[in-house]
Amino acid sequence: MALTYTLGLKRGESLIIRKTRRLPLPGEVLVNKGDKVSYNTEVARLNTPGKFKIIQASDILETKPDFTHLEPYMLKKVGDHVEKGEIIAQRKTLFGLLNKVCIAPTSGTIEHVSDLFYLAGQVMIREPPIPRSVYSYISGTVVDVIPKEGAIIETCGAYIQGIFGVGGEQHGEINVLVDSPDDVLTADIIGNDCRGKILVGGSKIDEEALHRAVDVGVNGIVVGGIKDKDITDFLGYEIGVAITGQEEIGLTLIVTEGFGMMRMANKTFQLLKRFEGKLACINGTTQIRAGVIRPEIIIPREDLNPSVVKKTEKESEVPTEGIRLGVLVRIVVPPNFGALGKVTRIPIELQKTEIESEVRVLEVELEDERRVTVPRTNVELIEDFS
Amino acid sequence: MKIQTMDDKSSGNGQDSKIDLQSIDVILVTDCGSTTSKARFFRRVGNEYRFIAAGEAPTTVEAPFEDVTQGLRNAVREVEELTGHKLLSSDGIISPREGDNEGVDLYVTTSSAGGGLQMLVTGVVRNITAESAERTALGAGAIVIDVLAINDGHETWERIEKMRFLRPDMILFSGGTDGGNFDHVVQIAEILRSGDPKHRLGNMYSLPIVYAGNRVARAKVDEILGTKYSLKFVDNIRPEPQIENLAPARNAIQEQFMEHVMSHAPGYDKLMKWTPVPIMPTPMGEGTMFKAFAEVNKANLIGVGLGGATTNIYSIYNGKFVRSVSANYGMSYSICNILKEAGLKRIMRWIPLQISEDEVLDILRNKMIRPTTIPQTLDQLLIEHGAAREALRMAFQQHKSITKPLVGDLENFGTLRLDDSRDYEKKESYIDLLNVDWLGGTGGLISHAPRKAQSALILIDGFGVEGVTSLFQDSVFMMPHLGVLSSVHRESAVEIFEKDCLVRLGTCIAFKGQLKDHEYGRRIGTVTLTMPDGEKITEEAAYGTIKKIPLKEGEIAIAEIKPEQGFQIMEKGLLPKLVASRTANVHGGAVGIIIDARGRPIDIPEDDDSRREKLEEWFTALDAYPKTS
Repeated sequence: MALTYTLGLKRGESLIIRKTRRLPLPGEVLVNKGDKVSYNTEVARLNTPGKFKIIQASDILETKPDFTHLEPYMLKKVGDHVEKGEIIAQRKTLFGLLNKVCIAPTSGTIEHVSDLFYLAGQVMIREPPIPRSVYSYISGTVVDVIPKEGAIIETCGAYIQGIFGVGGEQHGEINVLVDSPDDVLTADIIGNDCRGKILVGGSKIDEEALHRAVDVGVNGIVVGGIKDKDITDFLGYEIGVAITGQEEIGLTLIVTEGFGMMRMANKTFQLLKRFEGKLACINGTTQIRAGVIRPEIIIPREDLNPSVVKKTEKESEVPTEGIRLGVLVRIVVPPNFGALGKVTRIPIELQKTEIESEVRVLEVELEDERRVTVPRTNVELIEDFS
Repeated sequence: MKIQTMDDKSSGNGQDSKIDLQSIDVILVTDCGSTTSKARFFRRVGNEYRFIAAGEAPTTVEAPFEDVTQGLRNAVREVEELTGHKLLSSDGIISPREGDNEGVDLYVTTSSAGGGLQMLVTGVVRNITAESAERTALGAGAIVIDVLAINDGHETWERIEKMRFLRPDMILFSGGTDGGNFDHVVQIAEILRSGDPKHRLGNMYSLPIVYAGNRVARAKVDEILGTKYSLKFVDNIRPEPQIENLAPARNAIQEQFMEHVMSHAPGYDKLMKWTPVPIMPTPMGEGTMFKAFAEVNKANLIGVGLGGATTNIYSIYNGKFVRSVSANYGMSYSICNILKEAGLKRIMRWIPLQISEDEVLDILRNKMIRPTTIPQTLDQLLIEHGAAREALRMAFQQHKSITKPLVGDLENFGTLRLDDSRDYEKKESYIDLLNVDWLGGTGGLISHAPRKAQSALILIDGFGVEGVTSLFQDSVFMMPHLGVLSSVHRESAVEIFEKDCLVRLGTCIAFKGQLKDHEYGRRIGTVTLTMPDGEKITEEAAYGTIKKIPLKEGEIAIAEIKPEQGFQIMEKGLLPKLVASRTANVHGGAVGIIIDARGRPIDIPEDDDSRREKLEEWFTALDAYPKTS
């Protein structure tokens, strides 16, 4: 039977989602297997060494180069805690008439007093450790603990993959600001009440609206399209190879369809609309290369039973052999970008397209009953999970 | 014409001893590209091996499949549908053959599914060894996604977090001068060990590290990193503070990329089990065939494989074979890197459309985010072809940077004092386009260009060919396939290359030089052609024009070329010289003889309307595209 394969972005209203949360260096895991966690639960913590401050004490105390041993002048010894402004070393000369003091420039612990030749006359203070935490990102259940590193969190919820994004992990209540997936998300409809929220737009957002969202304190935006010029101007630089997610731009942006004015897929829009007011956990990280990472929107759902979802998910696994006659696809290259339709014919032979390319094609019956012929590579499988 | 194929290095399991070469009648070869998986089916017909059918499908490196064998199955399934020959079983490819219509006698494959190269570089001091390391990686065609140095201002945890997030494909580890203290080098090694970044291509993959630091620290580095990473030791890039030695590390990066990054992808382990022959990186397959062709024709040749993630250039010049892989110039995944590096203006200059810059940007970005899609409209096609010209130009520039004349006894720019090495970067390559006989192209965009005049023009414009250059292209993109096939069964590869793969496009006669003030229309040379039937055709080359004279594939005409003052043509050979006129045999092909008087560099009007008009005129002269207005 004729069939083909195409890419498809994942989207579903009840899925099992797992996230590994891991410290960069060994530390303390603060959760146990089976614990219920919220998106902001601290999963693991690490005390990273504080910053190192070096004081050239010999210069301050005006000891001669050949008398660089500091020990006689030290008021504090290695291991002692010192407060900022505290005197740590003192040298009195001329029978006590001249008093040179070395003051701690920061609070911390004396880690080293150097009498080595090449580090002579230095006192080193280590500032207090800085705690680094890893949070759970999604609310759910701890299903596994990675000793000293972190945990794996599982949740049941809705899941939408975007096509491209910028910015990292963010959270917020979903707020759909437009009436339809065709509408443009403009600056004037972003009010102060949008602070901390994840805004949903329709077909496009522009640079002005992005700046407005940052000013208001919006946490994230999900929208169908954006013009390249707007995102380049907003970021202040041009993206080369698509490896994103570390931008510090004040919010996370997820584009579901592509560049330009792109009507958001109706099902995506309806899904977001259905969960308006609920918490969304989003991540704009995108890496388009082998081992692709696409941006994601996760909406944890407490109303679902994980064991039921797992069973359903197994039964409705993605077909592994691609597109067959009758399946739903979406055209992803103009003309007809975004149009949905049913595959009605998969001819075997190469066919000549409008630009004279000889390629393999599909015939698709669109929602408006038009039949169009499209290169097989220019459609996406609609992967909907119940 | 007989082609002697050459052996090349390849990676994989090396079980080819099991193959009975005498009884091979049915052959399947695949190439798992970054964007498209291509299956080519060959069989013995009478006394000769011929190409029978092709199947193509998007490469499946992305969810939900994340397994390249799935894309290959889809490509092979297309071959099954077209031929009625059963090839697939649940375990892979059916082999040995069972009867006339089931299975194959030989299945081999190439791969470049791993795509581009993004590197992390390290050094002890940010503006000394780390800077040299960064320059080395950029020179090798990589994108540097992060620079780690002891004095980079970051804490250890920050470095590790970043490393894990970015998932580098390879690490260039430099630091310290030879024989110096190596405490900091050890410190970096410890960070890399703790970092343990998960590779984007899965757990079976061992992340390559090229160590080009203090020589005396090698044993310690090996002790710390040897078990976790695939370590390659090369000469120090800064053996002394004032000396920089980039070439060994740069070459090692290219080799490691080709052998360990490019060919790997999710599902690679499965694919290895499908074939008894080691999987060959695509550029090795392509390079094998270009080299063989140049050797047989005793010619200077430049070849290009224009892929989705990378552009591979091969030169066989005065017998010397050099291959470069520009790891981030490609027509799908890397198309926006072409945009970034070349700039929009340079791409726009090849597009004869009334289209805004914003629209072009969006079209290029949409190709990047959906890399497996293909153009459906003339706008999209012309924009991709514009980007292709720039990819070729920049990749050739990179190739020239590693084909420089020898300095003393050092090949390329071996060990040089810092100031000298920076001057050396500016020196020209030993490749002189006036002395190149053949230019050949393969890759999806070139092989699948709707008209042959399109691929001819892309090659001419991208490289800016000069003098008399014969052009050819791969018919349906099977050069990598034939390259890997030739490593096992030369006879069939050679026969198929000559009969079914090689498409001669014709010969380009291009005058080198430019006229000031765009004096379009002024005569810059004369070409007198003696056609195979004896007819004489004299063409005056008017500046700013291009034209074609039909000459069929297999036919040869004699061209007498006389450039006007200020324009160059060259008598070719080992000791080439500029001459006032020359006579050359010119080969025909699908396009014919192209007389290119557009100047070198090609003189494109700067004013938008004039530029569009000129492009339209050139495209029309070659009947390259359907009318755009």
